Amino acid sequence: MALLEASGISKIFGRLTALNGAELVVAEHEFHGLIGPNGSGKSTLMKCIAGAEVPTAGKVMFAGRDITSAPPSERARAGMSLKFQITSVLPALTLYDNVLLALQAQTSLPSLLFSRTRGVLHDRVMAMLEQFRLVDRASDAASALSHGQQQWLEIAMALAPEPRLLLLDEPTGGMSLEERRVTGELLQPIKQRCSLVIVEHDLDFIRDICDRLTVLDQGSVLDCGTVRHIQASPRVQEVYLRRA
Amino acid sequence: MTETTPTALRLADRKSRTRRWPLLPVMELAVLAIGALLPLVLQDYLTVYATRVLILCLFALSFDLVWGYAGIMSFGQAVFFGSAGYGVALLARDLGLTSMLIVLPAGLLIGFTFALLLGGFLLLGRHPSSVIFVSLGTLTGSYAFDRLARGWYYLGGQNGIPSIPAMSIGSYEWDEGPGFYYLALGILLVVYIICRFLVRSQFGLALAGLRENEQRIAFFGYRAQRLKAIIFSFAGAIAGLAGSLYAFHEGFVWPNMLGVVMSTQVVLYVLFGGPGTLIGAVIGTVVIEAVSFWLSNSYQDIWPIILGVLLLLVILFRPAGLVSLVLSERERVGEFGRPPGDRHGPA
Repeated sequence: MALLEASGISKIFGRLTALNGAELVVAEHEFHGLIGPNGSGKSTLMKCIAGAEVPTAGKVMFAGRDITSAPPSERARAGMSLKFQITSVLPALTLYDNVLLALQAQTSLPSLLFSRTRGVLHDRVMAMLEQFRLVDRASDAASALSHGQQQWLEIAMALAPEPRLLLLDEPTGGMSLEERRVTGELLQPIKQRCSLVIVEHDLDFIRDICDRLTVLDQGSVLDCGTVRHIQASPRVQEVYLRRA
Repeated sequence: MTETTPTALRLADRKSRTRRWPLLPVMELAVLAIGALLPLVLQDYLTVYATRVLILCLFALSFDLVWGYAGIMSFGQAVFFGSAGYGVALLARDLGLTSMLIVLPAGLLIGFTFALLLGGFLLLGRHPSSVIFVSLGTLTGSYAFDRLARGWYYLGGQNGIPSIPAMSIGSYEWDEGPGFYYLALGILLVVYIICRFLVRSQFGLALAGLRENEQRIAFFGYRAQRLKAIIFSFAGAIAGLAGSLYAFHEGFVWPNMLGVVMSTQVVLYVLFGGPGTLIGAVIGTVVIEAVSFWLSNSYQDIWPIILGVLLLLVILFRPAGLVSLVLSERERVGEFGRPPGDRHGPA
């Protein structure tokens, strides 16, 4: 059974149809890339899946449960995690506290009040910071990080609660070539732990890490399949050549 | 780019050891020491005034919790302050209940209940409430309660409820003066310590997340609106406690205690002192009240204008309040976890 199944997703903003019956199916431990030209509806589809937008029509099933109209907090509790397109780390907090904030989200209220899980979560916070090469900045405010490091911190925060599905919206946006390469390296080990849906413009990056791709164009799915299948798809080539 | 090295933890340790010692606890202890010694040097009538200021500090703490920590702009904090004041005044007038073991918990409960009702209505909708919606909703609540009190004969109308008997414990009566001062100081200290514990706990970290980016933390799984309603109700309880103390200290309650003026006054206390620090709320209240007292004696006609200009200057040039002259942003925000080797955190 697929972990995520979004079917017939439409989203209309006033007179603009951003999505028109889009489909997305993601299996357990699959890395799935969402590509397409600017304005094709990638980020909107991601938002409909994460709960930032409610689709005008269609259904989102996650782990066998209909979450189409569930609020973001319930989706997160079901095992879905999102990294926003625009970096949204909490700049005034330290890196340590940013990750702790993400990790403790499902702690009960009495435990939060009496800080009962602070000690238990400490090792996981440090492990996450170490995995994303940020451990020596643990006590610094997140605002002191470079843009690339903020992106890594945000991925670490999204990954910290050990989600079943991680949604990454343009994780390498604004990064240098070297930072993109390292980001690819950082994402590879998570394959054993969760599935991934990634929106990205850098086709080389997405080709290297994804198992399957879905190509969107004008709010609809143009093609879907393995990386090799998409590379050979005349319809996809036509769209990209047309845009170029 | 940052690389992970085997010595990374030692680097973190070395970095933390070079940090400055925290100034916040020093400031808190200094304020407490001054507060404890004040009645020894003040004339009696000034001790009475200082007691009123301490009670207003307690009220300011309640607003600091909702605005400074949770980012909820409440322009109706006086609803909980005043309704508790009226509630305990009625208990004393109609039922003869003046024991502090009854009236103070009653005030706390009244503040909590009204905040829960208003907060539930304003904060627990299907979609997250905007700052404007909550500000206007609380402001309207404050205005409505003020009008209700003014028009309701049972509550004394425009004149309020005068001649409230003194609060008591056993056969001892808490009259104005050093005794009431130290009672108010003791209660303020206990509430301050509880608030300090709360805002530096993991719950406090969730509040910081709420204030910084409510939408973001919802995507982590936080039920942000529920968190807001909880802190709003808790702060309402503190405002209620302050209102009940105020009623017994002043000996009467009147509609202004519930209204927009009182609600705005507490906003100014906190903005002036520095939101999100607790001690800023206390310092802001003390400074505004002390300057008002001095100006009203020295410049009887124009003192509100001078005070207004002073407030504007601080808010314009020191948006983080007076405490930001001494405390760094790092210390004002605080730390909630403790990376290895960090001898100072959590603050």
